[in-house]
Amino acid sequence: MKGAVLSVGFIPLVDAAPLVVAQEMGFAAEEGLALDLVRAPSWSSLRDMLSFGRVEAAHMLAPVPVATALGLGGAGASMDVLMVLSLNGSAVAVNQALAARLRDGGHPFGFDDARAAGNALIAAADGRLRIGVPFPFSMHAELLYYWLSALGLPAPQGIDIRTVPPTLMADAVEAGEIDAFCVGEPWGSIAVENRVGTLLLPGKAIWESAPDKVLAVRSDWAATETALAHRLVRAVWRAGRWLADSDNRLLTAELLSRPEYLDLPAEVIDRALSGSFTISPQGEQRQVEGFLRFHQGAATFPWRSQAQWIAHQLAARTGLDRTSAMARTAGVMRPDIYREALADAGADLPGAASKIEGAIPARTPVAGGSGRLFLERDVFFDRRIFDPNRPET
Amino acid sequence: MTHDLSVIVVEPDPDRAALIVESLKAAGAYDVRVLAGVNDLAEKIRDLRPDVVLIDIANPSRDSLEEMALATGPLDRPVAMFVDRSDEGLTRAAIEAGVSAYIVDGLQAARLKPILDAAVIRFNMFSRMRTELETTKRALEERKVIDRAKGLIMKARGVSEEEAYALLRKTAMDQGKRLAEVAQSLVTAAGLLG
Repeated sequence: MKGAVLSVGFIPLVDAAPLVVAQEMGFAAEEGLALDLVRAPSWSSLRDMLSFGRVEAAHMLAPVPVATALGLGGAGASMDVLMVLSLNGSAVAVNQALAARLRDGGHPFGFDDARAAGNALIAAADGRLRIGVPFPFSMHAELLYYWLSALGLPAPQGIDIRTVPPTLMADAVEAGEIDAFCVGEPWGSIAVENRVGTLLLPGKAIWESAPDKVLAVRSDWAATETALAHRLVRAVWRAGRWLADSDNRLLTAELLSRPEYLDLPAEVIDRALSGSFTISPQGEQRQVEGFLRFHQGAATFPWRSQAQWIAHQLAARTGLDRTSAMARTAGVMRPDIYREALADAGADLPGAASKIEGAIPARTPVAGGSGRLFLERDVFFDRRIFDPNRPET
Repeated sequence: MTHDLSVIVVEPDPDRAALIVESLKAAGAYDVRVLAGVNDLAEKIRDLRPDVVLIDIANPSRDSLEEMALATGPLDRPVAMFVDRSDEGLTRAAIEAGVSAYIVDGLQAARLKPILDAAVIRFNMFSRMRTELETTKRALEERKVIDRAKGLIMKARGVSEEEAYALLRKTAMDQGKRLAEVAQSLVTAAGLLG
């Protein structure tokens, strides 16, 4: 196998772990690859770096390739998703004034019940809620819109969702520009450490299996460099499997904390990996199962229905026709490439390419290649389901 | 008769901002304003209604500008990023120089070109300066590490400075690594062993 160097862009977040581990723990080398990991200053610049060939692959917010296919935002080159990198992993936090009002209203900060937390948040809001997210096209924004509108707070009348870079989130809270925010770890925990925020809810309490980050490449690259794409998928899939072993957690936190990656304390990074959170400056502790998933339950399989859910949400919000939006984004996910890449790698692959989102109330065995595949619990907090064939129901 | 284009430059460093403004003014008659702060950037820009916004690609606040691409009301002027435009050569030059431009929908490429050309030249100069500074800094740091590694070898083996350096050099050549890398490994290992 010919050795190859691949430039892969990433944003310094805990969920960049599969890429960092693929390189640092030798999974890329096993495939004859060297990953040149390039840290990007912002999601828009990472999208442009991918678009203009500065990097061959990128850690990407799941809604970005979908939005690009719909022509929303700064467009650029068409992108394909080779695999999902991680499910869940974000947290909603509130500023200290809002936290105090929530406590006065009797909210216990259980950190597990989206309905209770959302109703309490709406009741405690002083006017239109201003909530920061890292990017206009992000699972963070989609989860917030889904959650608060399901509880009767319409967008944009009731909420003002604005973009604040994660590194500046704590400053924006302190400056009083936003009341709350939803961001990927470790930035929620950093706000707690800086004593400016209290964590209200993990993202997974809104949707248990939300595709948060994906591995994106340019569509023309996927078409011409199929063999390289296969090697990259295998390396990153093995990194995800390694990450799922809790024995590797502390080493992962150490790797990510290095100056060239997150350059933040390993202890704060470990919270997302272990699910053991300090939710407030007062030091309250909460444990979250499955806060961030890299492997279990075919977590990295790029389901077409995930892109369709995102397309459906984006279309509803921006006034596009939902049916045609879903049709236009059908090719963004590439389960075909994923399947070919992992055919002989010992992965349990689902038989289908699409599923009904939010329809798995408990861990369930499904038809897979070897018959040993389980899908993990996947529900929305309000128990609605999304059937891509009948999206309006 | 077309009006002067209004340009906003988002740049926290006042010296850099002044240089950009100067080069833009030299390139044509523009109404150029500088925003230094990162707070409420999208809102401030919406209020000022510029034709063009220039921002350093490395500025994390750039993501805040992306939401301007989504018109939120019928009176909003949608802002598009320059990469949407047809002139790919110019866009690539801008991206490589590290500048991104957000422009109001409908602005003619011909009117934008001189602005972008001036910005690209200026930003290329900045990035050259930055690279030179980083190279100098790294060279200094490497020199320090190599000196420490030499000291460790001299102490452990009781050899002269020249011999210690020769040994480091030979090891680096044998392993196909840079001298500074070998020195760093030695310093790290010595630190671990106490």
